[in-house]
Amino acid sequence: MMKYAKAIYATLIVVFLLSPLLVILPLAFTSSAFLTYPIPAFSTRWFEELVINSVWSRAIVNSLIIALATTALATVLGTLAALGLRSQDLGMKSQIRTLFLLPMVVPAVVLGVGMQALFVRLGFNSTYWSVIIAHTVVAMPFVVISVSGALTGIDRRVERAAESLGAPPWKVFSLVTLPLAMPGVLSGGALAFATSLDEVVLTLFVAGPNQRTLARQMFSTLRENISPAIASAAFIIIVGTVVIAAVLMLSRRKKA
Amino acid sequence: MSENFIRFQKVTKDYGTVRVVEDLDLDIARGEFVSLLGPSGSGKTTLLMMLAGFETVSAGAIVLDGQKINDLPTYKRDMGVVFQNYALFPHMSIAKNVAFPLDMRGTARAETAERVQKALDMVQLGHLADRLPGQLSGGQQQRVALARALVFEPRVVLMDEPLGALDKQLREQMQLDIRDLHHRLGLTIIFVTHDQDEALTMSDRIAVFNHGQIQQCASPREVYDHPANRFVAEFIGETNLLEGTVSAISGETLTLTLPGGASFQSHGLPGFSTGDKGLLSLRPERIDIYPQGEAPAGVNTLAGEVTDTVYQGDHLRVVIETAAGRIIARINRKVSEWENGAKVSLGFRAQDGWVIAP
Repeated sequence: MMKYAKAIYATLIVVFLLSPLLVILPLAFTSSAFLTYPIPAFSTRWFEELVINSVWSRAIVNSLIIALATTALATVLGTLAALGLRSQDLGMKSQIRTLFLLPMVVPAVVLGVGMQALFVRLGFNSTYWSVIIAHTVVAMPFVVISVSGALTGIDRRVERAAESLGAPPWKVFSLVTLPLAMPGVLSGGALAFATSLDEVVLTLFVAGPNQRTLARQMFSTLRENISPAIASAAFIIIVGTVVIAAVLMLSRRKKA
Repeated sequence: MSENFIRFQKVTKDYGTVRVVEDLDLDIARGEFVSLLGPSGSGKTTLLMMLAGFETVSAGAIVLDGQKINDLPTYKRDMGVVFQNYALFPHMSIAKNVAFPLDMRGTARAETAERVQKALDMVQLGHLADRLPGQLSGGQQQRVALARALVFEPRVVLMDEPLGALDKQLREQMQLDIRDLHHRLGLTIIFVTHDQDEALTMSDRIAVFNHGQIQQCASPREVYDHPANRFVAEFIGETNLLEGTVSAISGETLTLTLPGGASFQSHGLPGFSTGDKGLLSLRPERIDIYPQGEAPAGVNTLAGEVTDTVYQGDHLRVVIETAAGRIIARINRKVSEWENGAKVSLGFRAQDGWVIAP
């Protein structure tokens, strides 16, 4: 009896979490000009629109550029931070750790206002760099958490063994620590990529017209003319995310 | 030169306000097998970690082959370390694990392959070269760790309770294997353990640790038969301790008189004077049990009553209440068996006792 109750409860939660997606996804294939049900006929015209319409295609390219750069930057910085936080002779470790994770809790609007003011003063607001840096700030905590988790799973004695066998510190890192932490680094990178892909609020503040990302474009389209192209864009983002998650899961299963 | 291959000179280690190792001196010869034996927290592992370079030395010097190595980083020390939990690289094959120290030294590929194969054959694991560590049993993993620590012909091999995680039979097998490797390859081995049997089985010398200091460093036989103090006597093996006063000294034989009036002839530490307090350490297996009054002449005797006998397979533990207190004796079942309540005489020769300071 309890078993069924649990199963039903779990199903309801999953439905609750996924139903918004199930509502929007079919609309990506509508032939209608409006983002409404019922769907008159199956069509891929809105996907074509994404490619043909330069506003959309530009947004997709921008999103990819920014997300890839953010992923690279956040992964490197976040991994370094996690390594530093592991050091034994670091004082105030938990305080520093909290500081690194702060961007996750600070409201994006507050961050956005501050960054815009700062970037304008530094003279590079509304550039790719301003968007990439802003995204990196909010993406890095995910990498720190993910890599820290992987690092705690590594036995110090394995690294010590490597050192005693003649490996200088950088070889210990590149041949032992990093390969063992790689699953954490990869999932941190995937989270950073996903974070950048759907970040809107900061982008509104620090991006110029030339750095419109896909999420930003969806946001303004929603306000201006509710086109099913939004659903198509959402479809692409979701599929992309699922593919990344699947690749990560497979690579992890192979390791284990 | 070879007498003092490794020297610890007044080595001290502090963690904050806690002194873990204090003013420790120890010299180890080339080719020697020395066990560091002691309870946990006695400083033995810390000493090994300082020798390996994982821990810094607070004061004093560690000298290897005439060179002070206090500040030499671990990777330049050329020491093979074997850890209790094996510490193999989980993401590398067995062959890659064993090849690691050779790769670090830039050994040519063909030579590496040959030496890896030889090292794995030495520990009888040549057929598992392509497996990952996770696919091996604990005993196999430890043998891989051993091969990895030996393949680059290190100057010293350090072992930190390497057999602690293995079950008893496997442990005894590995003890003999390591002993054999030590003799065959002429290795200098420093072996940390809290298992006295292990130390007795394998070592040329045992350094007994307590409170960050070496209580005694000598051959297994010396440490067992002639303990330097009460801690060593009680920590290694089982012993009966009888306290009394030294009433006469003749050569190496002391006469110890117990408060009850009984007196025994026994060997003991040098340096006692008449009137000193002394503690007689009497190993259970050195005590013979006779029917009351039938002990032969010329041995120390003590009358008592058997209160318990414990069957232990290859021997019997017999508990005897005497005027001097409770005595444990260990006897061969082939020789005799005793009922509870039997009146007996205990006998031991002067050379079977050992008097130490209380």
